[in-house]
Amino acid sequence: MTKQSTSIGWLAAALLASAAPASGSLGGPAESVDADRVKLQGALMRMTRNDRFALHEIRAASGTLVREYVSPTGVVFAVVWEGPALPDFRQVLGDHFEDYRHAVREARTGRRGRGAFRASGRDFVVESSGHPRAFFGRAYLPSLLPQGLQPEEIR
Amino acid sequence: MVRGIVFALTAAAVVPQCGPGSSTGTSGQNFQTITVNAGPAGDYLNGAFTSATVCVPGQSSCQTISGVLIDTGSTGLRVLSSALTLTLPQQNDASGSPLVECAQFLDGFTWGPIQTADVKLGSEQANAVPIQVIGSPAFSVIPAPCAAKGDPEDTLSALGANGILGIATFKQDCGSACVAAGASNPGFYYACPSSVCHETAVPLQNQVPNPVSLFASDNNGTVIQMPSVAAGGVVSTSGMLIFGIGTQPNNALGPAKVLTLDAQGNFSTNYGGIQYQSTYVDSGTNGIFFLDSRTTGLPICAMSTDFYCPTTLQSQTATNRGVNGVMSSVTFSVGNVDALSGRVAAASEVAGPNPRGFAWGLPLFYGRSVFTAIEGQPTSGGTGPYVAY
Repeated sequence: MTKQSTSIGWLAAALLASAAPASGSLGGPAESVDADRVKLQGALMRMTRNDRFALHEIRAASGTLVREYVSPTGVVFAVVWEGPALPDFRQVLGDHFEDYRHAVREARTGRRGRGAFRASGRDFVVESSGHPRAFFGRAYLPSLLPQGLQPEEIR
Repeated sequence: MVRGIVFALTAAAVVPQCGPGSSTGTSGQNFQTITVNAGPAGDYLNGAFTSATVCVPGQSSCQTISGVLIDTGSTGLRVLSSALTLTLPQQNDASGSPLVECAQFLDGFTWGPIQTADVKLGSEQANAVPIQVIGSPAFSVIPAPCAAKGDPEDTLSALGANGILGIATFKQDCGSACVAAGASNPGFYYACPSSVCHETAVPLQNQVPNPVSLFASDNNGTVIQMPSVAAGGVVSTSGMLIFGIGTQPNNALGPAKVLTLDAQGNFSTNYGGIQYQSTYVDSGTNGIFFLDSRTTGLPICAMSTDFYCPTTLQSQTATNRGVNGVMSSVTFSVGNVDALSGRVAAASEVAGPNPRGFAWGLPLFYGRSVFTAIEGQPTSGGTGPYVAY
Protein backbone atom coordinates (compact mmCIF):
# COMPACT_ATOMS: atom_id res chain seq x y z
CA MET A 1 0.00 0.00 0.00
CA THR A 2 2.81 2.41 0.72
CA LYS A 3 4.87 1.74 -2.36
CA GLN A 4 2.42 2.20 -5.22
CA SER A 5 4.18 3.48 -8.27
CA THR A 6 1.97 2.53 -11.17
CA SER A 7 -1.56 3.35 -12.14
CA ILE A 8 -2.44 -0.30 -11.57
CA GLY A 9 -1.15 0.15 -8.06
CA TRP A 10 -3.31 3.20 -7.66
CA LEU A 11 -6.33 1.24 -8.85
CA ALA A 12 -5.59 -1.50 -6.31
CA ALA A 13 -5.29 1.11 -3.61
CA ALA A 14 -8.56 2.69 -4.62
CA LEU A 15 -10.32 -0.67 -4.60
CA LEU A 16 -8.91 -1.51 -1.20
CA ALA A 17 -10.01 1.87 0.06
CA SER A 18 -13.55 1.35 -1.14
CA ALA A 19 -13.65 -2.14 0.40
CA ALA A 20 -12.63 -0.95 3.85
CA PRO A 21 -13.26 2.36 5.56
CA ALA A 22 -10.39 4.70 4.84
CA SER A 23 -8.47 5.20 8.05
CA GLY A 24 -5.97 7.93 7.93
CA SER A 25 -3.91 9.44 5.29
CA LEU A 26 -0.16 9.23 5.10
CA GLY A 27 0.61 6.29 2.83
CA GLY A 28 -3.08 5.88 2.10
CA PRO A 29 -5.02 6.51 -1.08
CA ALA A 30 -6.15 9.94 -2.21
CA GLU A 31 -9.65 9.10 -1.00
CA SER A 32 -8.45 9.12 2.59
CA VAL A 33 -8.01 12.90 2.35
CA ASP A 34 -11.77 13.15 2.58
CA ALA A 35 -11.85 10.88 5.62
CA ASP A 36 -9.42 13.27 7.26
CA ARG A 37 -11.58 16.24 6.38
CA VAL A 38 -14.57 14.58 8.04
CA LYS A 39 -12.61 13.52 11.12
CA LEU A 40 -11.03 16.95 11.53
CA GLN A 41 -14.47 18.56 11.12
CA GLY A 42 -12.75 20.69 8.57
CA ALA A 43 -13.38 22.38 5.27
CA LEU A 44 -11.45 21.75 2.07
CA MET A 45 -9.90 25.15 1.46
CA ARG A 46 -8.18 24.57 -1.84
CA MET A 47 -6.85 21.93 -4.10
CA THR A 48 -4.00 22.57 -6.49
CA ARG A 49 -2.42 20.19 -8.92
CA ASN A 50 0.82 20.14 -10.88
CA ASP A 51 2.67 17.42 -12.73
CA ARG A 52 4.35 16.21 -9.55
CA PHE A 53 1.55 16.18 -6.99
CA ALA A 54 -1.95 17.28 -6.03
CA LEU A 55 -2.19 19.37 -2.88
CA HIS A 56 -5.32 19.25 -0.73
CA GLU A 57 -5.59 21.84 2.04
CA ILE A 58 -8.02 21.24 4.88
CA ARG A 59 -8.81 23.78 7.58
CA ALA A 60 -9.64 21.86 10.75
CA ALA A 61 -12.33 23.35 12.97
CA SER A 62 -9.60 24.21 15.50
CA GLY A 63 -8.05 26.56 12.93
CA THR A 64 -5.11 24.30 12.12
CA LEU A 65 -4.37 23.80 8.44
CA VAL A 66 -3.59 20.30 7.22
CA ARG A 67 -2.06 19.95 3.76
CA GLU A 68 -1.92 16.54 2.16
CA TYR A 69 0.32 15.82 -0.83
CA VAL A 70 -0.95 13.18 -3.23
CA SER A 71 1.33 11.63 -5.84
CA PRO A 72 0.29 11.17 -9.49
CA THR A 73 -0.21 7.50 -8.58
CA GLY A 74 -2.84 8.47 -6.02
CA VAL A 75 -0.98 7.96 -2.75
CA VAL A 76 -0.66 10.50 0.08
CA PHE A 77 3.12 10.82 0.45
CA ALA A 78 3.34 13.84 2.76
CA VAL A 79 1.26 15.66 5.36
CA VAL A 80 1.89 19.18 6.67
CA TRP A 81 0.22 20.81 9.68
CA GLU A 82 0.26 24.49 10.61
CA GLY A 83 -1.72 26.27 13.28
CA PRO A 84 -2.63 26.82 16.91
CA ALA A 85 -3.26 23.17 17.80
CA LEU A 86 -1.63 19.89 16.88
CA PRO A 87 -3.69 17.81 14.45
CA ASP A 88 -5.15 14.41 15.29
CA PHE A 89 -1.97 12.54 14.37
CA ARG A 90 -3.68 9.18 14.58
CA GLN A 91 -5.96 10.35 11.78
CA VAL A 92 -3.59 12.25 9.50
CA LEU A 93 -0.64 9.87 9.88
CA GLY A 94 -2.83 6.77 9.74
CA ASP A 95 -0.77 3.60 9.71
CA HIS A 96 2.34 5.69 10.43
CA PHE A 97 1.13 7.04 13.79
CA GLU A 98 3.18 4.45 15.67
CA ASP A 99 6.18 5.25 13.44
CA TYR A 100 5.73 8.87 14.51
CA ARG A 101 5.63 8.06 18.23
CA HIS A 102 8.62 5.76 17.91
CA ALA A 103 10.66 8.30 15.93
CA VAL A 104 9.97 11.09 18.43
CA ARG A 105 10.97 8.88 21.34
CA GLU A 106 14.18 7.91 19.54
CA ALA A 107 15.00 11.55 18.79
CA ARG A 108 14.55 12.43 22.44
CA THR A 109 16.91 9.82 23.86
CA GLY A 110 20.52 10.73 24.44
CA ARG A 111 20.88 14.46 23.87
CA ARG A 112 17.63 15.68 25.24
CA GLY A 113 15.84 18.92 24.52
CA ARG A 114 12.33 20.09 23.84
CA GLY A 115 12.88 22.15 20.72
CA ALA A 116 12.29 21.75 17.04
CA PHE A 117 13.22 18.28 15.92
CA ARG A 118 13.73 15.97 13.00
CA ALA A 119 13.10 12.29 13.54
CA SER A 120 13.04 9.38 11.18
CA GLY A 121 12.21 5.72 11.02
CA ARG A 122 12.20 3.18 8.25
CA ASP A 123 10.97 5.15 5.23
CA PHE A 124 9.38 7.77 7.49
CA VAL A 125 10.55 11.30 8.35
CA VAL A 126 8.92 13.87 10.60
CA GLU A 127 10.11 17.43 11.18
CA SER A 128 8.43 19.65 13.72
CA SER A 129 8.81 23.26 14.79
CA GLY A 130 6.97 26.04 16.56
CA HIS A 131 5.44 26.40 20.00
CA PRO A 132 1.98 26.26 21.58
CA ARG A 133 -0.38 28.44 19.47
CA ALA A 134 1.92 28.21 16.41
CA PHE A 135 2.81 24.65 15.49
CA PHE A 136 4.30 23.61 12.16
CA GLY A 137 5.42 20.22 10.98
CA ARG A 138 5.64 17.82 8.11
CA ALA A 139 5.78 14.06 7.81
CA TYR A 140 6.64 12.24 4.63
CA LEU A 141 7.54 8.88 3.16
CA PRO A 142 10.91 9.28 1.36
CA SER A 143 10.40 6.34 -0.99
CA LEU A 144 7.19 7.89 -2.32
CA LEU A 145 8.47 11.42 -3.00
CA PRO A 146 7.90 12.24 -6.66
CA GLN A 147 11.13 12.44 -8.61
CA GLY A 148 12.79 15.82 -8.30
CA LEU A 149 10.74 16.97 -5.30
CA GLN A 150 12.93 18.08 -2.40
CA PRO A 151 11.61 17.53 1.14
CA GLU A 152 12.05 21.28 1.80
CA GLU A 153 9.42 21.94 -0.86
CA ILE A 154 6.82 20.19 1.31
CA ARG A 155 5.37 23.06 3.26
CA MET B 1 29.04 24.52 43.73
CA VAL B 2 26.01 24.96 41.54
CA ARG B 3 23.95 22.56 43.59
CA GLY B 4 24.90 24.56 46.68
CA ILE B 5 23.44 27.69 45.14
CA VAL B 6 20.20 25.90 44.34
CA PHE B 7 19.87 24.56 47.86
CA ALA B 8 20.55 27.95 49.40
CA LEU B 9 17.83 29.49 47.25
CA THR B 10 15.44 26.70 48.13
CA ALA B 11 15.87 27.33 51.81
CA ALA B 12 15.43 31.07 51.36
CA ALA B 13 12.27 30.58 49.35
CA VAL B 14 10.56 28.42 51.94
CA VAL B 15 11.01 30.77 54.90
CA PRO B 16 8.43 33.48 54.06
CA GLN B 17 4.83 32.72 54.91
CA CYS B 18 2.62 31.63 52.05
CA GLY B 19 -0.50 33.19 53.50
CA PRO B 20 -2.78 35.57 51.66
CA GLY B 21 -1.78 39.19 51.74
CA SER B 22 1.91 38.41 51.73
CA SER B 23 2.22 39.38 48.08
CA THR B 24 1.81 43.12 48.54
CA GLY B 25 5.39 43.88 49.50
CA THR B 26 7.79 44.91 46.77
CA SER B 27 10.90 45.09 48.88
CA GLY B 28 11.86 41.44 48.40
CA GLN B 29 14.00 40.05 45.65
CA ASN B 30 12.46 39.98 42.20
CA PHE B 31 14.82 37.29 40.92
CA GLN B 32 16.05 33.78 41.39
CA THR B 33 18.86 31.62 40.13
CA ILE B 34 18.85 29.70 36.86
CA THR B 35 21.09 26.66 36.54
CA VAL B 36 21.90 25.10 33.20
CA ASN B 37 22.94 21.52 33.85
CA ALA B 38 21.90 18.00 32.90
CA GLY B 39 18.73 18.43 34.93
CA PRO B 40 16.95 16.01 37.26
CA ALA B 41 16.91 13.25 34.63
CA GLY B 42 20.65 13.75 34.05
CA ASP B 43 20.57 13.92 30.27
CA TYR B 44 19.57 17.46 29.28
CA LEU B 45 21.59 19.60 26.88
CA ASN B 46 20.95 23.35 27.21
CA GLY B 47 18.12 23.10 29.71
CA ALA B 48 17.63 26.15 31.98
CA PHE B 49 16.37 24.95 35.34
CA THR B 50 15.08 26.74 38.42
CA SER B 51 12.96 26.08 41.48
CA ALA B 52 9.31 26.93 42.06
CA THR B 53 7.50 26.94 45.39
CA VAL B 54 3.85 25.92 45.48
CA CYS B 55 1.66 26.32 48.54
CA VAL B 56 -1.85 25.23 49.45
CA PRO B 57 -3.79 28.44 48.71
CA GLY B 58 -3.92 30.71 51.73
CA GLN B 59 -1.93 28.32 53.89
CA SER B 60 1.66 27.94 54.98
CA SER B 61 2.12 24.38 53.79
CA CYS B 62 4.43 24.71 50.81
CA GLN B 63 6.82 22.67 48.73
CA THR B 64 9.77 23.86 46.70
CA ILE B 65 10.30 21.89 43.54
CA SER B 66 13.72 22.03 41.92
CA GLY B 67 14.66 21.04 38.39
CA VAL B 68 11.82 22.98 36.77
CA LEU B 69 12.55 23.91 33.15
CA ILE B 70 12.22 27.61 32.30
CA ASP B 71 10.25 27.82 29.06
CA THR B 72 9.55 31.15 27.36
CA GLY B 73 7.86 29.15 24.58
CA SER B 74 4.88 27.93 26.62
CA THR B 75 2.58 29.32 29.29
CA GLY B 76 1.85 27.98 32.75
CA LEU B 77 3.38 26.12 35.66
CA ARG B 78 3.27 22.33 35.35
CA VAL B 79 4.80 19.94 37.85
CA LEU B 80 5.15 16.20 37.75
CA SER B 81 2.82 14.39 40.14
CA SER B 82 5.80 12.21 41.06
CA ALA B 83 7.70 15.31 42.26
CA LEU B 84 4.79 16.76 44.25
CA THR B 85 4.25 15.64 47.85
CA LEU B 86 1.87 18.48 48.71
CA THR B 87 -1.87 17.89 48.28
CA LEU B 88 -3.41 20.78 46.34
CA PRO B 89 -7.11 21.49 45.80
CA GLN B 90 -8.58 20.19 42.55
CA GLN B 91 -10.19 22.71 40.19
CA ASN B 92 -13.65 21.69 39.00
CA ASP B 93 -15.94 22.87 36.25
CA ALA B 94 -19.36 24.45 36.88
CA SER B 95 -20.98 21.04 37.35
CA GLY B 96 -18.40 19.92 39.86
CA SER B 97 -16.42 17.63 37.57
CA PRO B 98 -12.63 17.73 37.91
CA LEU B 99 -10.82 19.68 35.18
CA VAL B 100 -7.95 17.81 33.55
CA GLU B 101 -5.69 19.10 30.81
CA CYS B 102 -4.06 17.74 27.69
CA ALA B 103 -1.42 20.41 27.15
CA GLN B 104 0.10 20.23 23.68
CA PHE B 105 3.82 20.55 23.04
CA LEU B 106 5.92 20.06 19.92
CA ASP B 107 6.89 16.53 20.79
CA GLY B 108 3.86 15.29 22.68
CA PHE B 109 1.51 16.26 25.44
CA THR B 110 1.23 16.46 29.23
CA TRP B 111 -1.91 14.96 30.77
CA GLY B 112 -3.04 15.70 34.29
CA PRO B 113 -5.45 17.55 36.57
CA ILE B 114 -5.71 21.31 37.06
CA GLN B 115 -5.10 22.15 40.70
CA THR B 116 -4.78 25.44 42.51
CA ALA B 117 -1.69 26.75 44.29
CA ASP B 118 -0.12 29.91 45.61
CA VAL B 119 3.03 30.14 43.49
CA LYS B 120 6.18 31.75 44.89
CA LEU B 121 9.15 32.70 42.73
CA GLY B 122 11.90 34.74 44.38
CA SER B 123 9.93 36.95 46.78
CA GLU B 124 7.06 37.31 44.33
CA GLN B 125 3.80 35.50 44.87
CA ALA B 126 0.73 34.75 42.78
CA ASN B 127 -2.29 33.52 44.69
CA ALA B 128 -4.69 30.70 43.82
CA VAL B 129 -3.07 29.95 40.47
CA PRO B 130 -4.36 27.09 38.28
CA ILE B 131 -1.41 24.79 37.59
CA GLN B 132 -1.22 21.41 35.92
CA VAL B 133 -0.17 18.35 37.90
CA ILE B 134 1.28 16.06 35.23
CA GLY B 135 0.76 12.32 35.30
CA SER B 136 -1.47 12.09 38.36
CA PRO B 137 -2.41 8.46 39.12
CA ALA B 138 -5.92 9.72 39.96
CA PHE B 139 -6.47 10.46 36.25
CA SER B 140 -4.58 7.67 34.57
CA VAL B 141 -6.85 7.11 31.57
CA ILE B 142 -5.79 9.36 28.69
CA PRO B 143 -8.75 10.14 26.38
CA ALA B 144 -8.28 9.04 22.77
CA PRO B 145 -8.31 12.58 21.26
CA CYS B 146 -5.48 13.53 23.65
CA ALA B 147 -3.49 10.36 22.98
CA ALA B 148 -3.77 11.19 19.25
CA LYS B 149 -1.50 14.23 19.86
CA GLY B 150 1.55 11.97 20.15
CA ASP B 151 3.35 10.64 23.18
CA PRO B 152 2.66 11.46 26.84
CA GLU B 153 5.44 13.34 28.66
CA ASP B 154 4.12 12.43 32.08
CA THR B 155 7.21 11.01 33.82
CA LEU B 156 10.65 12.32 34.75
CA SER B 157 12.27 10.19 32.08
CA ALA B 158 9.85 11.43 29.43
CA LEU B 159 9.89 15.11 30.46
CA GLY B 160 13.53 15.43 31.53
CA ALA B 161 12.45 17.90 34.22
CA ASN B 162 10.39 17.94 37.42
CA GLY B 163 8.15 20.53 35.83
CA ILE B 164 7.89 23.36 33.34
CA LEU B 165 7.68 27.03 34.24
CA GLY B 166 6.00 28.46 31.14
CA ILE B 167 6.59 32.22 30.97
CA ALA B 168 5.72 32.95 27.36
CA THR B 169 4.14 36.22 26.23
CA PHE B 170 0.65 34.67 26.38
CA LYS B 171 -1.29 35.13 29.62
CA GLN B 172 -3.06 31.77 29.36
CA ASP B 173 -1.91 28.48 27.89
CA CYS B 174 -4.85 28.24 25.51
CA GLY B 175 -6.66 31.57 25.49
CA SER B 176 -9.95 32.45 23.83
CA ALA B 177 -10.00 29.31 21.65
CA CYS B 178 -10.66 27.21 24.76
CA VAL B 179 -13.43 29.50 26.04
CA ALA B 180 -15.77 28.46 23.24
CA ALA B 181 -17.35 25.00 23.21
CA GLY B 182 -17.73 22.92 20.08
CA ALA B 183 -15.61 21.81 17.16
CA SER B 184 -13.42 24.94 17.17
CA ASN B 185 -12.18 24.15 20.68
CA PRO B 186 -8.62 22.82 20.34
CA GLY B 187 -9.16 20.25 23.07
CA PHE B 188 -6.81 21.35 25.82
CA TYR B 189 -9.28 20.95 28.68
CA TYR B 190 -11.36 17.98 29.73
CA ALA B 191 -14.03 17.45 32.37
CA CYS B 192 -13.68 14.09 34.08
CA PRO B 193 -16.82 13.19 36.05
CA SER B 194 -15.57 9.58 36.03
CA SER B 195 -12.68 7.76 34.37
CA VAL B 196 -14.35 8.86 31.13
CA CYS B 197 -13.47 12.45 30.24
CA HIS B 198 -14.91 14.79 27.65
CA GLU B 199 -13.52 17.97 26.09
CA THR B 200 -14.85 21.09 27.73
CA ALA B 201 -14.73 24.88 27.46
CA VAL B 202 -12.92 26.80 30.21
CA PRO B 203 -13.13 30.54 30.97
CA LEU B 204 -9.87 32.47 30.71
CA GLN B 205 -9.54 32.96 34.46
CA ASN B 206 -9.66 29.20 35.06
CA GLN B 207 -7.07 28.34 32.42
CA VAL B 208 -3.44 27.72 33.34
CA PRO B 209 -1.79 31.17 33.33
CA ASN B 210 1.72 32.57 33.20
CA PRO B 211 2.07 32.94 37.00
CA VAL B 212 4.20 36.08 36.56
CA SER B 213 1.17 37.88 35.11
CA LEU B 214 -0.60 37.38 38.48
CA PHE B 215 2.13 38.81 40.71
CA ALA B 216 1.14 41.94 42.64
CA SER B 217 4.07 43.78 41.05
CA ASP B 218 6.86 43.02 38.56
CA ASN B 219 4.11 41.32 36.58
CA ASN B 220 4.67 42.62 33.04
CA GLY B 221 7.30 40.11 31.98
CA THR B 222 10.62 38.48 32.72
CA VAL B 223 14.31 38.85 32.00
CA ILE B 224 16.66 35.92 31.56
CA GLN B 225 20.31 36.85 32.10
CA MET B 226 22.94 34.28 31.24
CA PRO B 227 26.74 34.46 31.03
CA SER B 228 28.54 33.64 27.78
CA VAL B 229 29.50 30.03 27.23
CA ALA B 230 32.83 29.40 25.48
CA ALA B 231 33.13 27.04 22.52
CA GLY B 232 33.23 23.42 23.60
CA GLY B 233 30.66 24.04 26.30
CA VAL B 234 30.65 23.63 30.08
CA VAL B 235 29.26 21.10 32.53
CA SER B 236 27.05 23.76 34.08
CA THR B 237 26.52 27.48 34.25
CA SER B 238 24.15 29.75 36.11
CA GLY B 239 22.25 32.94 35.51
CA MET B 240 19.25 34.92 36.69
CA LEU B 241 15.53 34.86 36.13
CA ILE B 242 14.31 38.38 36.92
CA PHE B 243 10.66 39.35 37.24
CA GLY B 244 9.32 42.57 35.75
CA ILE B 245 10.59 44.77 32.94
CA GLY B 246 11.61 48.33 33.79
CA THR B 247 10.12 48.05 37.28
CA GLN B 248 13.34 47.77 39.30
CA PRO B 249 16.98 48.77 38.88
CA ASN B 250 17.84 45.20 37.86
CA ASN B 251 15.36 44.81 35.00
CA ALA B 252 15.78 47.97 32.91
CA LEU B 253 15.62 47.47 29.15
CA GLY B 254 18.74 49.55 28.58
CA PRO B 255 19.97 49.28 24.98
CA ALA B 256 17.88 46.16 24.23
CA LYS B 257 15.94 46.27 20.95
CA VAL B 258 12.21 45.68 21.35
CA LEU B 259 10.77 43.31 18.71
CA THR B 260 7.00 43.12 18.84
CA LEU B 261 5.23 39.87 17.97
CA ASP B 262 2.25 38.81 15.88
CA ALA B 263 -0.85 37.11 17.32
CA GLN B 264 0.94 33.76 17.22
CA GLY B 265 3.94 35.06 19.17
CA ASN B 266 6.25 35.17 16.14
CA PHE B 267 8.37 37.63 14.19
CA SER B 268 10.59 37.22 11.10
CA THR B 269 14.27 36.74 10.29
CA ASN B 270 16.44 37.68 7.34
CA TYR B 271 19.14 35.19 6.39
CA GLY B 272 21.14 35.38 3.19
CA GLY B 273 18.86 38.11 1.84
CA ILE B 274 15.66 36.12 2.29
CA GLN B 275 13.01 37.01 4.89
CA TYR B 276 11.70 33.98 6.80
CA GLN B 277 8.42 34.14 8.73
CA SER B 278 7.35 32.40 11.95
CA THR B 279 10.53 33.02 13.91
CA TYR B 280 10.39 32.75 17.69
CA VAL B 281 12.57 32.98 20.79
CA ASP B 282 12.22 30.06 23.21
CA SER B 283 14.36 29.29 26.25
CA GLY B 284 12.83 25.79 26.24
CA THR B 285 14.38 25.03 22.85
CA ASN B 286 17.89 23.68 23.32
CA GLY B 287 19.59 25.00 20.20
CA ILE B 288 19.27 27.47 17.38
CA PHE B 289 17.17 25.61 14.85
CA PHE B 290 17.16 27.21 11.44
CA LEU B 291 16.52 26.36 7.81
CA ASP B 292 18.10 23.28 6.24
CA SER B 293 21.41 21.91 4.99
CA ARG B 294 20.72 22.95 1.40
CA THR B 295 20.25 26.58 2.44
CA THR B 296 22.89 26.83 5.16
CA GLY B 297 25.54 24.50 3.75
CA LEU B 298 25.85 22.94 7.21
CA PRO B 299 25.95 19.12 7.31
CA ILE B 300 23.64 17.07 9.53
CA CYS B 301 25.32 15.07 12.31
CA ALA B 302 25.97 11.39 11.79
CA MET B 303 24.76 10.50 15.30
CA SER B 304 22.57 13.36 16.57
CA THR B 305 20.61 13.56 13.35
CA ASP B 306 18.50 16.55 14.28
CA PHE B 307 21.57 18.78 14.75
CA TYR B 308 24.16 20.35 12.47
CA CYS B 309 27.73 19.05 12.65
CA PRO B 310 30.22 21.21 10.71
CA THR B 311 33.78 19.96 11.17
CA THR B 312 34.91 23.39 12.35
CA LEU B 313 33.05 26.12 14.21
CA GLN B 314 31.02 28.18 11.73
CA SER B 315 29.98 31.79 12.32
CA GLN B 316 26.47 32.69 11.14
CA THR B 317 24.59 35.96 11.04
CA ALA B 318 20.87 36.62 10.79
CA THR B 319 18.78 39.73 11.32
CA ASN B 320 15.57 39.54 13.30
CA ARG B 321 12.74 41.93 12.51
CA GLY B 322 9.86 42.63 14.86
CA VAL B 323 6.31 43.27 13.67
CA ASN B 324 7.12 46.90 14.57
CA GLY B 325 9.91 46.90 11.98
CA VAL B 326 12.69 47.08 14.57
CA MET B 327 15.69 45.04 13.43
CA SER B 328 18.43 43.39 15.42
CA SER B 329 21.16 41.19 13.99
CA VAL B 330 22.55 38.16 15.77
CA THR B 331 25.90 36.52 15.15
CA PHE B 332 26.06 32.98 16.44
CA SER B 333 28.25 29.95 16.02
CA VAL B 334 27.40 26.45 14.89
CA GLY B 335 29.59 23.57 16.03
CA ASN B 336 29.82 19.81 15.95
CA VAL B 337 27.23 18.47 18.41
CA ASP B 338 28.46 14.89 18.00
CA ALA B 339 31.93 16.03 19.14
CA LEU B 340 30.68 17.67 22.38
CA SER B 341 31.84 15.97 25.53
CA GLY B 342 29.10 13.80 27.05
CA ARG B 343 29.52 15.74 30.29
CA VAL B 344 28.75 19.08 28.67
CA ALA B 345 25.27 20.38 29.50
CA ALA B 346 25.60 23.99 28.28
CA ALA B 347 26.95 24.77 24.81
CA SER B 348 26.43 27.84 22.65
CA GLU B 349 27.20 26.17 19.30
CA VAL B 350 24.23 23.80 19.36
CA ALA B 351 22.14 24.23 16.22
CA GLY B 352 20.06 22.16 13.88
CA PRO B 353 17.63 22.24 10.98
CA ASN B 354 14.09 23.59 11.18
CA PRO B 355 11.28 22.83 8.72
CA ARG B 356 10.58 26.56 8.64
CA GLY B 357 12.45 29.71 9.62
CA PHE B 358 14.29 30.20 12.88
CA ALA B 359 13.78 28.98 16.44
CA TRP B 360 16.11 30.91 18.74
CA GLY B 361 16.69 28.57 21.65
CA LEU B 362 18.85 28.82 24.74
CA PRO B 363 22.14 29.64 22.92
CA LEU B 364 20.63 33.06 22.06
CA PHE B 365 20.35 33.71 25.80
CA TYR B 366 24.04 33.04 26.53
CA GLY B 367 25.85 36.33 27.08
CA ARG B 368 22.64 38.37 26.89
CA SER B 369 19.69 39.72 28.81
CA VAL B 370 16.57 38.54 26.99
CA PHE B 371 13.26 40.21 27.88
CA THR B 372 9.86 38.53 27.40
CA ALA B 373 6.96 40.98 27.77
CA ILE B 374 3.50 39.59 28.52
CA GLU B 375 0.59 40.45 26.21
CA GLY B 376 -1.43 43.49 27.20
CA GLN B 377 0.93 44.51 30.01
CA PRO B 378 2.47 47.99 29.84
CA THR B 379 6.25 48.21 30.16
CA SER B 380 8.93 50.86 29.81
CA GLY B 381 9.41 49.58 26.22
CA GLY B 382 5.74 49.65 25.26
CA THR B 383 2.91 47.19 25.74
CA GLY B 384 3.56 43.45 25.36
CA PRO B 385 3.79 41.07 23.64
CA TYR B 386 7.40 41.52 22.66
CA VAL B 387 10.84 40.04 23.03
CA ALA B 388 13.85 42.28 23.52
CA TYR B 389 17.55 41.61 23.74
